[in-house]
Amino acid sequence: MAQVKLNRVVKEYEGGVQAVKGIDLDIADHEFVVLVGPSGCGKSTTLRMIAGLEEISRGDILIGGTVVNDIPPRDRDIAMVFQNYALYPHMSVYDNMAFGLMLRKFPKEEIRRRVENAARILDIGMLLDRKPKALSGGQRQRVAMGRAIVRDPKVFLFDEPLSNLDAKLRVQMRTEIKKVHQTVKTTTVYVTHDQVEAMTLADRVVVMNHGVIEQVGPPTELYHKPATKFVAGFIGSPAMNFIPARLANGSGALNILLPGGISLPVPEARAKRYTGHAGKEVLFGIRPEHLTEVRPNDHRPNLAPLQLTPEVVEPMGMETLAHIWLEGAEIVARIDPSVPAEPGRALPLAADMGQMHLIDPQTDRVI
Amino acid sequence: MSATAATPSAAIPGLGRRIGSLRKERRWALITAYISLVIAAIVMLAPPLYMLLTSLKTSAEISNPVGTPWIVRHPTLENYWALISDPMFRGFFFNSLKVTVCVVVLTMVISVLAAFSLARMKFFGSQVLATGVFLTYLVPDTLLFIPLYQIVGAVGLLNSTWGLVLVYPTLTVPFCTWIMIGYFASIPKELDEAALIDGANWMQMLTKIFIPVALPGIIAATIFAFTVSWAAFVYPTAFITRPDEMPLTIGVVSQLIRGDTFAWGQLMAGALLAALPPVVVYAFLMDYYIAGLTAGATKG
Repeated sequence: MAQVKLNRVVKEYEGGVQAVKGIDLDIADHEFVVLVGPSGCGKSTTLRMIAGLEEISRGDILIGGTVVNDIPPRDRDIAMVFQNYALYPHMSVYDNMAFGLMLRKFPKEEIRRRVENAARILDIGMLLDRKPKALSGGQRQRVAMGRAIVRDPKVFLFDEPLSNLDAKLRVQMRTEIKKVHQTVKTTTVYVTHDQVEAMTLADRVVVMNHGVIEQVGPPTELYHKPATKFVAGFIGSPAMNFIPARLANGSGALNILLPGGISLPVPEARAKRYTGHAGKEVLFGIRPEHLTEVRPNDHRPNLAPLQLTPEVVEPMGMETLAHIWLEGAEIVARIDPSVPAEPGRALPLAADMGQMHLIDPQTDRVI
Repeated sequence: MSATAATPSAAIPGLGRRIGSLRKERRWALITAYISLVIAAIVMLAPPLYMLLTSLKTSAEISNPVGTPWIVRHPTLENYWALISDPMFRGFFFNSLKVTVCVVVLTMVISVLAAFSLARMKFFGSQVLATGVFLTYLVPDTLLFIPLYQIVGAVGLLNSTWGLVLVYPTLTVPFCTWIMIGYFASIPKELDEAALIDGANWMQMLTKIFIPVALPGIIAATIFAFTVSWAAFVYPTAFITRPDEMPLTIGVVSQLIRGDTFAWGQLMAGALLAALPPVVVYAFLMDYYIAGLTAGATKG
């Protein structure tokens, strides 16, 4: 087990296209770090550079304190789980898991002990004689994880391992992966485009976009204190609402002026932070779950009432999503299913201003 | 549901034609398919059947045909016995076997290594080389045998089966390499990457992953190499004149046709015996052969 360190790592393809633009990252021993971002953000390339499957154009990657830039994958002491499992189709489950150990000339008894131990952790003991084609998607993914576990490597690398599974199995395997990590505690780098997977699995989430790291932090920190508009919009589902607004300084208090003549008061605790932007155009960000129906005896401080008219209402069962168009900006409110909401009928809502964010439209950074 | 949709005889509104019947269309498709297949089968099977019938006739019956030639009046195996008991014919058979086994082994070793490197080790010029390999296959052997005659002569292998072992791979290697490139390319890249991370080097990746996974492709290529070298005619005709070095294909023709005298019974028996090994090979490996040729055609 080991730390992983990335120093100013750059991946440049022929023609000068940069997939990864000089990223720094420190991953602690035993840590579970998830790289998340949209397609083409450089997350998979970063993982493959750690694995040694892609060469590094510039910078250094250190595993366990050793620079591994020029070390082939087999000597980096890492194990990887692929999106399409990459099981050897002609080998039994046992041989798939034992292959790496056999190549490394482990004694037969030791191989058997390790494979059986991994099979027990993953509950695939009864599948050891089967070929991969006789397994379901979930079972294949377990075998792929088993192949990684038996090696007892310094680092586990996961490349979108759940993307090929159906929604229900994905949730189940997510829990399995977390359980396995809690058992074996190997340093893990996990790549996904699914922010829910990132939030639920990670000790720390690394949000990437266009080859750079937007923000690194524990899931709750990313959710409550996003550093950029991208992170604010990427983390959370449904995504945060962004409404063009102006920060007005009237009668000693700051107000946010939204389209349609709506004015919302800025909480006192935030006033100092925003004073420098008074009078300027900003983006007002608020998550759908902080724009709710007016509840009786609601004791949340900083609630601001506003009246909006939904155009589309989506009942989800445990909640209802009301879609509102405010002069070009789409706003989603998350309301209780018991609230009678109808398209075209004004709905009294409450914005939890304690949870609001203001974004500088020039820099896209959260103020 | 409306009444028009339920009645097959009604016209389709706006289209001006009658609604078809799925059952009737299917029946017609089946009838057409059966007729075409029966005709194709007759066309394909008639020559070998005629060969078999002729080989079972005596010379007298062949030279004095009475009535339909499709009936054997006095069946005999004497043509077969005459060939099998002839040491020269056994020599032809052994020569063919020797050349074919050597060519198949040589071809597969070269093709698998070449295809693996061209499909997987991206190096400067690998794409051009892969295309070049295929282009060489397009040059017909009727064009090549003259320059090859010079080469085989220069290395002193004219009138020797080893000369054939040297030149047949020029026919088999390009096509087999091409088949194997396609097959190796259809193996997901992640499989190599998993093997690399598991600790395999290139050779282990080839022997422990690629060859077992690509076995259907390798068998298809093997059958191709076997058929080509077993059935080759132009090269042995050009390079071999000594009967003791002749393979079956030209041995049968050169020894059983004397001037304008054709030993038809033995010719047919010889041709059938010569066709037997490929038939046996195909019969055992047919499923692999088909799987190999259709690899990558559909998503696995």
